[in-house]
Amino acid sequence: MTTNATADTALVRVRGLNFSHGPRVIYDGVDVDIPRGKVTAIMGPSGTGKTTLLRIIGGQWRPSSGTVEFDGVNVHTQRRKALYDLRKRMGMLFQNGALLTDLSVFENVAFPLREHTELPESMIRDLVLMKLEAVGLRGARDLYPSQLSGGMSRRVGLARAIALDPDLVMYDEPFTGQDPISMGVLMRLIRSLNDALGLTSIVVSHDVEEVLSISDHAYVIASGKVLASGTADSIRNSDSPYVQQFLRGQHDGPVAFHYKAVPYADDLLRKGAQR
Amino acid sequence: MKGSFSIITDMLQGLGRAQFFLLSIIGAIPAALLRPRLLAQQVYAVGVMSLIIIVISGSFVGMVLALQGYRTLVDFGAAESLGVFVAVVIVRELGPVVTALLFAGRAGSALAAEIGLMKATDQLSGMEMMAVDPVKRVIAPRFIAGVFAMPLLSMIFAMMAIGIAGGHAIGVNLLGVDDGAYWSQIHSSLHWEDIRDSLTKSAVFGAAVSWIAVYQGYHAAPTSEGVSRATTSTVVVSSLAILALDFILTAFMFH
Repeated sequence: MTTNATADTALVRVRGLNFSHGPRVIYDGVDVDIPRGKVTAIMGPSGTGKTTLLRIIGGQWRPSSGTVEFDGVNVHTQRRKALYDLRKRMGMLFQNGALLTDLSVFENVAFPLREHTELPESMIRDLVLMKLEAVGLRGARDLYPSQLSGGMSRRVGLARAIALDPDLVMYDEPFTGQDPISMGVLMRLIRSLNDALGLTSIVVSHDVEEVLSISDHAYVIASGKVLASGTADSIRNSDSPYVQQFLRGQHDGPVAFHYKAVPYADDLLRKGAQR
Repeated sequence: MKGSFSIITDMLQGLGRAQFFLLSIIGAIPAALLRPRLLAQQVYAVGVMSLIIIVISGSFVGMVLALQGYRTLVDFGAAESLGVFVAVVIVRELGPVVTALLFAGRAGSALAAEIGLMKATDQLSGMEMMAVDPVKRVIAPRFIAGVFAMPLLSMIFAMMAIGIAGGHAIGVNLLGVDDGAYWSQIHSSLHWEDIRDSLTKSAVFGAAVSWIAVYQGYHAAPTSEGVSRATTSTVVVSSLAILALDFILTAFMFH
């Protein structure tokens, strides 16, 4: 692992991040630090651009202003080659696994190795089997992505994400749509891989309890701002009414149940209106 | 008024994007050429998988041409020229054009749908995050395969149409045109320039169809509607492009 001046602090440092998608402001001055060797949760309601944050950290999307540093290097001022070298040190698990559908499980995990290394076939085989063993799918190596369940696809995606032994693994909504067993499997994997391989993990999710239970540090992001950050317990005990509404899943509160509208009585009494 | 204006600016923007995309594909070609296995896979997918439709269509086009040509030629006592008639029409025009239209429908639409779905299911993003350039790994090999496969398919189409099961079968075996006259007239009237021009046309059509298909797929909206629109416009735009390019190329080749 490379060590820079920032070795003892954050692996990823986001400062003053602004990002808009068309007219919609997604981030409005967000600061985030992802500490090394820890699991950091990014939580927030759907549509707050949690996935966007991962894509910005990975350099796929460019912020309108603000900086994103990965291991002390500004991600968005790099030339393509340097950016690609940075990405080899990041693994990303997409929501649906994003497996290449024309390749078998084995070949999917071997893909980054074949693309970026000149390793002999026997070593690629050993490495792929090691990664698949880590996610418990060594026996599924000959299956194709269409034959896998959602949870298995994500585990294969995870094996692929750690194939190049990255410093950082980013998980995009890893628990969405999972049954309790495969959710438990994924949770255990994220935590144990992080500790066993000395990774740094970012888990984007809105499954509050699950993600808080495996993370060392958490951020709650909504309407373009960081609303709360700290350890799992400090988030649970936050006195922000918004955070409490989010954690407890209350239907009404600072985030209103009703979409913005004219008063109900006026709407009903409006005469001659078409709709 | 504003509507038609924005349609025109949208079209121009699309054209501009397509050109930049083509430049990035061309930039990725050397890297793709170093991966012969990837290329072979793609030539198989766009070329070999299109063979059946090309072979069958070629035969029927040749048979129809022989019937129609014979009816006209026999009035002038020139039925022996049937071979030339079929060969010239096929090699100069119908071979490349019909093959390209079929290629757009069979391989072009498949390419657009495949790439569009790869985009919709984050496979392309996933590659980018693995530091693999999708233009190098996915797009360029498919583009090269299209440019390479089209002339071969077009030649197979011509072989089927002129000989084997097409014009020869109908003209010689059914209508009784002399076998020797059929071939010798082709031999003396069809020049290698015709074949060169035919291959040139096919390669240009192959490049156009592949370019349109990969562009439509790569820039498709990542939804089922977006992918279906990309597939449709691949076939529509390719067909128009083939016919327009055919006119331009023929005008240049016409002496």
